[in-house]
Amino acid sequence: MLDYINIIFLETYKILFLLIPVLVAVAMIVWLDRRVWAFVQKRRGPNVVGPFGLLQSLADALKYLFKEIIIPSTSNKVIFILAPIITMTLALISWAVIPISDTYVLADINVGILYLFAVSSLGVYGIIMGGWASNSKYPFLGAIRSAAQMVSYEVSIGVIIINVLLCVGSLNLSDIVIAQKKIWFVIPLFPMFVIFFISALAETNRPPFDLPEAEAELVAGYQTEYSGMMYAMFWLGEYANILLMCAMGSILFLGGWLSPINIYPFTIIPGAIWLIFKILFLFILFALVKAIVPRYRYDQLMRLGWKIFLPLSLTWVVFTSSYLIYFDKLPNI
Amino acid sequence: MKISRILKTIFLLDFLSGLILAIKEFFKSKKTINYPFEKGKISPRFRGEHALRRYPNGEERCIACKLCEAVCPAQAITIESTEREDGSRKTTRYDIDMMKCIYCGLCEESCPVDAIVQGPNFEFSTETREELYYNKERLLDNGDRWENVLAANIKADKPYR
Repeated sequence: MLDYINIIFLETYKILFLLIPVLVAVAMIVWLDRRVWAFVQKRRGPNVVGPFGLLQSLADALKYLFKEIIIPSTSNKVIFILAPIITMTLALISWAVIPISDTYVLADINVGILYLFAVSSLGVYGIIMGGWASNSKYPFLGAIRSAAQMVSYEVSIGVIIINVLLCVGSLNLSDIVIAQKKIWFVIPLFPMFVIFFISALAETNRPPFDLPEAEAELVAGYQTEYSGMMYAMFWLGEYANILLMCAMGSILFLGGWLSPINIYPFTIIPGAIWLIFKILFLFILFALVKAIVPRYRYDQLMRLGWKIFLPLSLTWVVFTSSYLIYFDKLPNI
Repeated sequence: MKISRILKTIFLLDFLSGLILAIKEFFKSKKTINYPFEKGKISPRFRGEHALRRYPNGEERCIACKLCEAVCPAQAITIESTEREDGSRKTTRYDIDMMKCIYCGLCEESCPVDAIVQGPNFEFSTETREELYYNKERLLDNGDRWENVLAANIKADKPYR
């Protein structure tokens, strides 16, 4: 019995040790996003609260906390309240399998990438539920758009992951990172990395694919009826998802916690720091893209997903597997 | 489609040039100011918060001619006047409803003695409507507070009037 309680405490401690840094990182990343966006437009961005405005997100969260939560009378209340909770939870539980360094990973399961993919696919439920339960036209349209968009881009992300898995021969995320010791997959699979990046933008509803919340047409999409802390939870979940996509990109293509060059001054820096650098690099790219690219039209978005990315990544699967078989470089399973 | 166009699309060249431009702009100097800590330059003609001025000897300038009241397009000004013991005409009441005011500056232009002026202050927001019904004391107090700036502004704008 005492052992049992001990394990529960230990696990809770480990979870908190992962989740609190992730949540803080999400808050910082919101600030970074706004700041990069502002800098590209030659504005200053949030710079008043705390040093360089770093505490801006905390101030925002505090504001949301004190705002009234308005639940529309026509809404389906249970689902309406459940939607942001689900979005947030799904964005956070996927962090369990991300290997932070060579020794630290919360759940080192052997189907890590499958778990990650499954959970990020479930993320669309939060948005659909939010849009449906609001019982109002803009959230509904936003939710429909977002469902179609996320499903179509998940297909190409899935095929891209198959590409990587062919080169690794394992579904375990730590194995995927270790397989990149010789060369990061971003070099042999560069086109796949580009497609992954663009699909990740679409998957997380980031500009230029932020059609579900296109403010010019849909007010705020599925978030229209939300207020106060519920809105903040959608917002946190969205950014946690973006961070997760950046982590996924750096693990699949940029060598996770490996240092770029395997020589002395680089190897002394701990792996976690390298992973953070890579995630930050990808995130800054995300933020820059937001600043420079105009929003896609909906049919263009669908065409890009189904008619360009899917055939391209499928061809690349054939290409990769033929290469591996012809040169007898298949990984030992 | 031309071949060059297709190549441009495949290699995302337009996107890359945009990205490079964005990174260049990222490091350029900012065009906005740190507003509450530093403020932009204001013209001497700026039409901000109203003020009633006094002569250097402390006598109020307003002679209750009611030109401003007459010219005010929003009818925000209310004036009542009386004759003093020394025979001069002065206001007993000078109210401006700052919420009706459209800040057109006609009161300032119509004033023959430069009594009612619009100063450079634009940060006078309040938490209640009642605080924006300005009376004579409030306006005279504004005039005393801003007199240096107001006089300098009127002097600077004199050649163009």
